[in-house]
Amino acid sequence: MDYFLTEEQKMIQELTEQIAREKIRPIRAELDESEQFPWEIMRTLAQADLFGLCIPEQYGGMGGGVFENCLAVEKLGEACIGIATSFAASGLGAYPILLFGSEEMKQKYLPQIASGKKLAAFGLTEPGAGSDVSGIRTVAVRDGDSYVLNGSKQWITNGGESEIYSVLAITDRAKGPRGASFFVVEKGDPGFSFGKKEKKLGIRASATRELIFQDCRIPADRLIAREGMGFIIAMKTFDKSRPGIGALGVGLAQGALDIAVEYARKRVQFEKPIISFQAIQHKLADMAIKTEAARAFIYSIARYIDSDPREVSKVAAMAKVFAGDVAMEVTTSAVQVLGGYGYMKDYPVEKMMRDAKILQIYEGTNEIQRNIIGQELNKEYGRMKESFF
Amino acid sequence: MHIVVCIKQVPDTKNVRIDPDTHTLVRQGVESIINPFDMFAVEGALKIKDQNGARVTVVTMGPPQAAEALRETLGLGADDAVLLSDRAFAGSDTWATSTTLSAAIRKMGDVDVIICGKQAVDGDTAQVGPEMAALLDVPYATFVKKIDTEDSGFLKVVRQTDEGTEVWKLQLPALLTVIKELGEPRVPSLRHKMRAKKAEIPVWGIAELGLDPSSTGLSGSFTQVVRVFSPQRRSNRIQLEGSIENQAEELFQYLKKARVPGL
Repeated sequence: MDYFLTEEQKMIQELTEQIAREKIRPIRAELDESEQFPWEIMRTLAQADLFGLCIPEQYGGMGGGVFENCLAVEKLGEACIGIATSFAASGLGAYPILLFGSEEMKQKYLPQIASGKKLAAFGLTEPGAGSDVSGIRTVAVRDGDSYVLNGSKQWITNGGESEIYSVLAITDRAKGPRGASFFVVEKGDPGFSFGKKEKKLGIRASATRELIFQDCRIPADRLIAREGMGFIIAMKTFDKSRPGIGALGVGLAQGALDIAVEYARKRVQFEKPIISFQAIQHKLADMAIKTEAARAFIYSIARYIDSDPREVSKVAAMAKVFAGDVAMEVTTSAVQVLGGYGYMKDYPVEKMMRDAKILQIYEGTNEIQRNIIGQELNKEYGRMKESFF
Repeated sequence: MHIVVCIKQVPDTKNVRIDPDTHTLVRQGVESIINPFDMFAVEGALKIKDQNGARVTVVTMGPPQAAEALRETLGLGADDAVLLSDRAFAGSDTWATSTTLSAAIRKMGDVDVIICGKQAVDGDTAQVGPEMAALLDVPYATFVKKIDTEDSGFLKVVRQTDEGTEVWKLQLPALLTVIKELGEPRVPSLRHKMRAKKAEIPVWGIAELGLDPSSTGLSGSFTQVVRVFSPQRRSNRIQLEGSIENQAEELFQYLKKARVPGL
């Protein structure tokens, strides 16, 4: 399919495809097994200018948008979404600063993130607060020229590896959802430490840790925007980042489809390559249909979001939920096409199937995405005067 | 510091076929790549640039399509590229190639270091680097795996030879041919790739280089290929059988009979 990409967008694809093929594919199984953080790949991505893809040029970035990010993570995700997640998580951590930070804050942090010299991370989830964000317990109390943070964040991607953390904390519990605020916390700030590295089903090359704040004192100017803006910042960040999760799903599905088709053409049973059997053909056809549909969907949504419309939460959630479900289905089918071989670690599809599951869980579970879509539908139709009956 | 890297386009080694009638490489329809050893040369130059700052110019002699290879090196971070292209360069052997490349380096004038791959994977002669050094009258070191630029006016290099490693100090300007151990070639960067896409690559022909047609191309070549043939396959294969001890003994006796030194 030709998606009528610009020269620059084609270059992004070419470059990320080369990195996926030459640098990621040969080591993905090893990193999955050893759970080693892919620092070498991160340095390669940094040197390739990719961490700056969505950061404006005046802050050392390439000035791309959500679509450019999608193109990059899709190609990286074709090889390994564990590694691609480590890359994408830095962008997620940067968005609160990029979208709402003061000029000084942007000047200070964005060039470091854009160059890849420092990774960023995003800290929202807590032991008692995931889907229900109102359960957040981490507090930030103003004390003169400082804020003092107490609490912990759970399952933070790039936790311990990143230098720069965008962290959500409650500044005024009485105000409910309007009492949360975002802060930048740096690795090395007093009272800021990390819990143990989690062991996971999939995306095992990525690092997931607890962030622990014990009387963590940070300068007051690390507050992003104003007190009480926390939930808005989180939602606007997800509006930008969720299509990227969808793009990871498209890449992962494509990676699994590539292997399944190649295998089905070579594997002989009943004296024929198994691709000559309709049971396999139809499965591969469904995998291809859904992968391409997800790609076309993600691309249009990403382009739409980059046109800067007023309200994008619904389509951003749609992008995430659809492509995540497609990736889960296509990778599961790929294992089925490879049969016993697919279940063994000798082929990459079992890893892809394990990896796919996270796409339906992180950055808002797919159930929460459907809630968002449902609520937006209710609002939209509530505003309409006409009846469709 | 101005570093010039000389590169060559070669057929992609993964798809090399020999024409059974002419015994020459089938070049038609085969994708060209930059000679892998030359990629290490580019990487070596860019490493020096990263560490101490340097201007890196990449040069190649070839048909107009060779500009694409140069563009690829600009995508990696080289500053400039020059294509040496002229009908008069066609059919060059290593000497005529070295003559043409050295003329380009003389024309640039301010070159401190010249880096080449240790050899090209198609011709495998490893001659062009040393020949250029001779023509330019500069010191050179082959099979370099490490380059140190700390001493101003000098290069300290580590050579890998069959006997071991050697550390040499060369006065600038100097020429190096490099090996894989210098470091894996980097991937391009988006910024450099975008710049490379638009870059204008100057083309220097025989007139720009001020060369006499008799010294370039086929007429400037001392080597003439009289005949190319595939060596006959030798197949006196022996199979050893029996217990491991017996096989080892049989092999030992065989090697002894073949007068392998030391047995």
